[in-house]
Amino acid sequence: MAPDEAPARVRITSPHTTARPRRRRTVEQEIDEETAIGEVYMRSLVRSQLRLGLAVAAALVILVGSLPLLFLLTDLDAVRIGPVPLTWWLLGVVVYPVLFGVGWVFVRASERNERAFSDLVQRP
Amino acid sequence: MNSSYAAVAVIAVALLTLGIGLFGLRFSRTTSDFYVASRSVSPLWNSSAIGGEYLSAASYLGIAGLVLTFGADMLWFPVGWTAGYLVLLAFVAAPLRRSGAYTLPDFTQIRVQSSVARAVASVLVVVIGWLYLMPQFQGAGLVLHTVTGAPTWVGSVMVAAIVVVNVVSGGMRSITFVQAFQYWLKLTALLVPLVFLVHAWTQDGRPTPTDAGASGAWLSPLSGDGTGIALYATYSLIVATFLGTMGLPHVVVRFYTNPDGRAARRTTLIVLALLGAFYLLPTAYGVIGRVYAGDLAGTGSADIVVLELPLRVIGGTLGDVLGALLTAGAFAAFLSTSSGLTMSLAGVLAQGSLGRRALGPVAAVRAGAVVGTVFPLGLALASDQIAVASSVGFAFAVAASTFCPLLILGIWWRRLTAAGAVAGMLAGGVGAGGAVVATIVRGTDDGWLDLLLSRPAAWSVPLAFTVMVLVSLATQHRRPSNVARTMVRLHTPERLRLDRADR
Repeated sequence: MAPDEAPARVRITSPHTTARPRRRRTVEQEIDEETAIGEVYMRSLVRSQLRLGLAVAAALVILVGSLPLLFLLTDLDAVRIGPVPLTWWLLGVVVYPVLFGVGWVFVRASERNERAFSDLVQRP
Repeated sequence: MNSSYAAVAVIAVALLTLGIGLFGLRFSRTTSDFYVASRSVSPLWNSSAIGGEYLSAASYLGIAGLVLTFGADMLWFPVGWTAGYLVLLAFVAAPLRRSGAYTLPDFTQIRVQSSVARAVASVLVVVIGWLYLMPQFQGAGLVLHTVTGAPTWVGSVMVAAIVVVNVVSGGMRSITFVQAFQYWLKLTALLVPLVFLVHAWTQDGRPTPTDAGASGAWLSPLSGDGTGIALYATYSLIVATFLGTMGLPHVVVRFYTNPDGRAARRTTLIVLALLGAFYLLPTAYGVIGRVYAGDLAGTGSADIVVLELPLRVIGGTLGDVLGALLTAGAFAAFLSTSSGLTMSLAGVLAQGSLGRRALGPVAAVRAGAVVGTVFPLGLALASDQIAVASSVGFAFAVAASTFCPLLILGIWWRRLTAAGAVAGMLAGGVGAGGAVVATIVRGTDDGWLDLLLSRPAAWSVPLAFTVMVLVSLATQHRRPSNVARTMVRLHTPERLRLDRADR
């Protein structure tokens, strides 16, 4: 190219005017494509549900699993209610509503976790 | 006992069971009906059916017999059998339903993608199922013998035959109806006579077990031979029952009949209520039994105390009628548990067999039902009578040592591998199963070794978990490739439109 010639005109355009408009990717896509973001969402769901399950297990150990030790260390047998000692009423009657109550709290909490996850994933 | 009333009651339950089964047959048309009642059973129906299926002869007769014989420590059996459902609810119910599998071997394959692991799971399902079926058949023989004087094999063969006919004709749909009906029958059959018994006991001046000569050791928990032994026995029982429930084949199969994971949870919650209501009753029978029938303790026929009480305490025609009602409930217990077990065994045997291709899926289930019943029936007829509840206890110990680690780690731990699953199931299965065999062969003495063998769960469950985790960690390079997808499938609510790789 000779030094005195003017350079040919070059048309310059912004890439933003021709590029496809960016579409927001949904969380569902992130999860389906197993991206790092999708994994974060999944792990948070599994963790929260696992924590809930472990809380139930802990409640079970504290409320029911501790009973043999309690019987051993205290003298609940001395307390008579009707034909049998207090220990029988605890093991034969009281324990069942307690188990149901723990289950009831669990079902509500786990459905709440799932609702929260669904809302997060389907956020517009 | 006036045997004609009892015979009428047994025949009535048998006919009703067959009748409802045939009624169900009218709706049972497709393979899906056959396997899982087309996954369309509502929570109340389903939980009644689960209750009906779960409350076996061990619950209906065995607990009262054990309480009568051994006293306070035996109250842990019903507590454990209920708490097992709470553990199942908290860790397994919804994910298991969402896995979309029908049997435990199916779940194993979906999660670790290995046909070897599937085969191991299939063998374990059959072993646990047989351990559980055998005492049902034996109990049926004992009860029919007690109330009518018929030879013991008659009751066993009768229950086995009815179960096979029902499963073969109607599959899961009709079984659901039958079992839901049987829960309410069992509850009524224990509740109504108990009202009369308590009335008679009040009239009698409310004698306590102590008045009838019950010892302090009978009344107090953990007062048997040595505190250490009693404590170990109790905690091992707690481990086996709390963790074993989730691994029983007939319990797990019920979850697939729920429409979705949320319904599976709600069903389980209702089951907790139904079981809690039911288990108040056998304990009461055990206590009243200790007052009026203390002589049955340790005779080998303590299991029939529930049937004996109305005759002893009330007597006359009323006693006979109430006795017949209790006998009807007992047969409902044998039939419902055996039906559920046979159905789930039939499913596993049919899927695992070569016959599936030759016979078609429905015919294979039918063949599986026959094969699954004949063997434990033979065992029941050939072997000696063992207490129903302790034999069922073995099934719980094996289930807790094999499928509990598989389900918990499979659902909640991404790093589980096929090798780990197989090694863990084998360690727990051989450990607990070997202990069961050793107990049966050795007989019982009262030492620590005997205790470790007859109540293996406290060591075999941790062993199985440890082996499963360590072998999985050592084989991380062979982790199943689709774990992430499987986790999505197990844990996300169905209404989200996600790729679960299930179509």
